[in-house]
Amino acid sequence: MFSAETLQKFAREVAKYPVDQKQSAVMACLAHAQEEKGWLPPEAIEAVAVYLGMPPMAAYEVASFYNMYDLKPVGKYKITVCTNLPCALSGGYHAGEYVQKKLGIGYGETTPDGKFTLKEGECMGACGDAPVFIVNNRSMCSHMHPEQIDKLLEECK
Amino acid sequence: MAMLGSINGVLMEGLDGDKTWRLQDYVARGGYSQLRRILENKLSQEDVIGEVKKSVLRGRGGAGFPTGLKWSFMPRSFPGDKYIVCNTDEGEPGTFKDRDIMAYNPHAVIEGMAIAAYAMGATRGYNYVHGEIWEIYQRFEAALDEARAAGFIGQKILGSEFSFELFAHHGYGAYICGEETALLESIEGKKGQPRFKPPFPASFGLYGKPTTINNTETFASIPFILKMGGEEFLNLGKPNNGGTKLFSVSGHVNRPGNYEIPLGTPFATLLEMCGGMRGGRKLKAVIPGGSSAPVMPANVIMDCTMDYDSISKGGSMLGSGAVIVMDETVCMVKALERLSFFYHEESCGQCTPCREGTAWMYKVVHRIENGLGKPEDLDLLNSVLGNIAGRTICALGDAAAFPVQSFIKHFRSEFEYHIENKTCLVPKDVQWAGSGFHKASV
Repeated sequence: MFSAETLQKFAREVAKYPVDQKQSAVMACLAHAQEEKGWLPPEAIEAVAVYLGMPPMAAYEVASFYNMYDLKPVGKYKITVCTNLPCALSGGYHAGEYVQKKLGIGYGETTPDGKFTLKEGECMGACGDAPVFIVNNRSMCSHMHPEQIDKLLEECK
Repeated sequence: MAMLGSINGVLMEGLDGDKTWRLQDYVARGGYSQLRRILENKLSQEDVIGEVKKSVLRGRGGAGFPTGLKWSFMPRSFPGDKYIVCNTDEGEPGTFKDRDIMAYNPHAVIEGMAIAAYAMGATRGYNYVHGEIWEIYQRFEAALDEARAAGFIGQKILGSEFSFELFAHHGYGAYICGEETALLESIEGKKGQPRFKPPFPASFGLYGKPTTINNTETFASIPFILKMGGEEFLNLGKPNNGGTKLFSVSGHVNRPGNYEIPLGTPFATLLEMCGGMRGGRKLKAVIPGGSSAPVMPANVIMDCTMDYDSISKGGSMLGSGAVIVMDETVCMVKALERLSFFYHEESCGQCTPCREGTAWMYKVVHRIENGLGKPEDLDLLNSVLGNIAGRTICALGDAAAFPVQSFIKHFRSEFEYHIENKTCLVPKDVQWAGSGFHKASV
């Protein structure tokens, strides 16, 4: 189900916790699984559960509780826009409107070519750098004014 | 770098952005000298805790509970595993200080946690890092590797009998995990739903073992307190409000960012450090301690100093030190609508009053904002918030209720105007210009 590289990452996470507490690694393993698969299909969640020796339903509970897991396929680039109040005061809403217009999709939608998915996010803890985007859960982009947004979309090949 | 200024800086002094976070730089700044001193001189646990008590360091995560006192609750002589947990799940809207501490001074957090572990007899620790800051999490992992290789964490630290293993745990998007017992559940690999208290974590924490949880900035302060002495740290601030603190300033100021200033510094001074109001516009309101803190009108906050007691006297709370500045272009109904959506979205769903109540509060504020409000809606909101506050397992319910209560209290006329006229008191084009987004492109 998973590549050797991903399995290595799993092992590194499991090693952080007491030997009888492997379940503690479920969040990290699900994140690594999602990174490899692009999203979390039920089989991947189950495989993570089996790997950690926990009930699949318990792993599914975790996957469905935390916002950054994608239980449905997303585009190659998932862009999450923070529109919470501190960001909104410095253009968060407007940055969201701008990128929606550019891509021709709304929040929660994916472009027909499967390249971009847009999501509205909650506070990313970077309010001083507003507007803020996160690409594929990993890369934070600050001060997203029109030219920076254009540049980002350009770079997403 | 988002550290933009300081007065008598302590935690973030002598740093040069991304260039000085490594172990060698921290050691050159005197880092790890306090851990070494404690271990070499075999300082007693009581002495270490005593020094922290003297500093009157109050928890920097939001509650402001005295750290030394919290540490003394830990059953130090309890046999078996005890845990130290750092709360870097910084998701309170407006707060972005821990991210900079982790990015620019991660070894201060590690040394602080190791000293805390020594003082409380803990053998393992975890730092729970906010899901959205992957790059910072990776940097902290790199800092941990450095500290481990240098023998500052691990087995028999610096040749002593003291051992402490420390790891980072990466969150994945849940505001509620900033609540300490939800955070513990999350480390255990479960949904982050808060636990009923008591028992408190000091007796039943991570994996059921005694656990102490502190905020990132709290831990990062510890080496500096031990270095300068508790009393000197206290004197940097004002009585009952020891030390300097990081303030994350966002919103309508010219230079949003982090500022380290002594507790007790006037708000007006902080505003000046931020370059004043953007576009020279008039200050309307400030949320002084993260979105969960009650909003304060301009005239009230302008008379306050930035410390726990003064802000509390002014009717709000210092919280995490997240200062959200709003100018006259802000429609307070729209501002509240966004905050109410946040709490509705982030309610973990465990307690009915919060799960249902936050949904109702958002629904009602949303309809007022969209011109569908009814004259009785303000009373309805008050009744809903009254049925949430104090009736839930954790404080998210209260946190969701405070903004609603304070926005209506201080800006009632704006809400009434909205209901009567089905539109904002602040014209839409004024609001549009306020964000500065479109202007920045020119």
